Amino acid sequence: MFDKYLIVDGTLRNTGPVDAPDGFAFDAKLGYYRGLGLSMVEELNISIDDEAVDRTAVRFDEGMGPIGLDAMATAYDRRWPFGQAATILVTRPGGFPKGTHTLSLQQKLRVSYLPFPSFNNDRKTVSL
Amino acid sequence: MSGGIKRGISLYSFQEELFTGKMSIEDCVAFAASIGANGIELLPEQNMPTFPHLDDRQIDEWKAIMARHGCEMTCYDMFLDTKLRSDRLMTDDEQVASIRRDLDLCRRLGIHNMRILVFVRPDILERLVPYAEEADVHMGVEVHAPWHMEHAWILRTVELADRLGTRHLGLLPDMGIFMKHYPPVWRARFEREGARKDVAQFIVDQHEAKIMAEYTIYEVAVRMKGNPAEVRMAETLRHSPYSNPKRIRDYIPYFHHIQAKFYEMTPDGVDPSLAYDEVIPELIAGGWNGYLSSEYEGNRWVQDVEDVDSCEQVRRQHRMFERLLTQSSHGKAG
Repeated sequence: MFDKYLIVDGTLRNTGPVDAPDGFAFDAKLGYYRGLGLSMVEELNISIDDEAVDRTAVRFDEGMGPIGLDAMATAYDRRWPFGQAATILVTRPGGFPKGTHTLSLQQKLRVSYLPFPSFNNDRKTVSL
Repeated sequence: MSGGIKRGISLYSFQEELFTGKMSIEDCVAFAASIGANGIELLPEQNMPTFPHLDDRQIDEWKAIMARHGCEMTCYDMFLDTKLRSDRLMTDDEQVASIRRDLDLCRRLGIHNMRILVFVRPDILERLVPYAEEADVHMGVEVHAPWHMEHAWILRTVELADRLGTRHLGLLPDMGIFMKHYPPVWRARFEREGARKDVAQFIVDQHEAKIMAEYTIYEVAVRMKGNPAEVRMAETLRHSPYSNPKRIRDYIPYFHHIQAKFYEMTPDGVDPSLAYDEVIPELIAGGWNGYLSSEYEGNRWVQDVEDVDSCEQVRRQHRMFERLLTQSSHGKAG
């Protein structure tokens, strides 16, 4: 749902010192017609040119401070509101690779009324 | 308004514009008022960014938006996160507490109908009836495809309401249960995803002939060696029932609100899929007088190739409502 809107256009940036970035970040929306507690966002799978980023390198921040995927699983008092962009941070020495690349985001959501997980996928060609 | 039936809109209909930020809540309410649909159904978990925390100022602002446009809030769509935790399901007490929280919010907003997700267990709802009575909120279990009015799971709620003798528990039909024809926007999407035209036509023909879904799925998946898009399209038949419009009248005492689901309206105001022309006469004949609340769900089927225009789709549906309400009430009088 809302697949093509998940990665927010024009938000990709490096993080850390300008001359020695320690990672990159981009804004993303939740692919669902309502907001959801962070504990039910099971995975944020990120890949660059179809090469998966290690999940321990990924952090999420809806405005309450960066949190890793493992910690999200028990963040019962935090929510990702409908339609609101959150920041996804990826630790990667050197930042986002130079040139044009495909950035992919897959969200795996635990929706209580569905018997199976819900997946949303976006792929965008980006460059810094 | 004919037959006592009122026209409204669920904010669900504007999910595309609300998600992208093209429209605000107030824009949606103003649009609804402009086409004479003055009942607004809301999804707090979609429309209230601070949910579940709402202070009195926020509650007042919601009421003020309605007042500014001559609208009223008709229905609160609740959710229940039974899978909040990955290590266990919510306990029964936790489920009751979650829905009680929603009933409290509903009361503060001054709303008298709550859409209960169909998967919520009747015995959980039984425990909530005293609170619903106190808050004067009708808990309507959503009769959503592939369930239908006489599905055994739905009848459990009807039997419970009868046994308790309560007017605060019942049903809330979603018009998706009256899918007479396969939606053209679904077919088009599957064709864009790789379904071959002849296989897509076969699936549509099978649905048109009301053949049991499992036969078609087997034909497509095994005998026709269907590709993934074709198999997914065939599998939608499991969720696409055309239940008998004549049966809805028997359940009128159990529902006060209807989610008027639709996927697409043609420019001349025809729903190519759902049998509103058969359902609305039954509602009028039965003297039903609640809100037909638009629930546009076509955005997800077309957003990959075109700009979604939810307002235009809803406007067309309301043109159809006006026509059917007028025709049907004349038919009744004659």
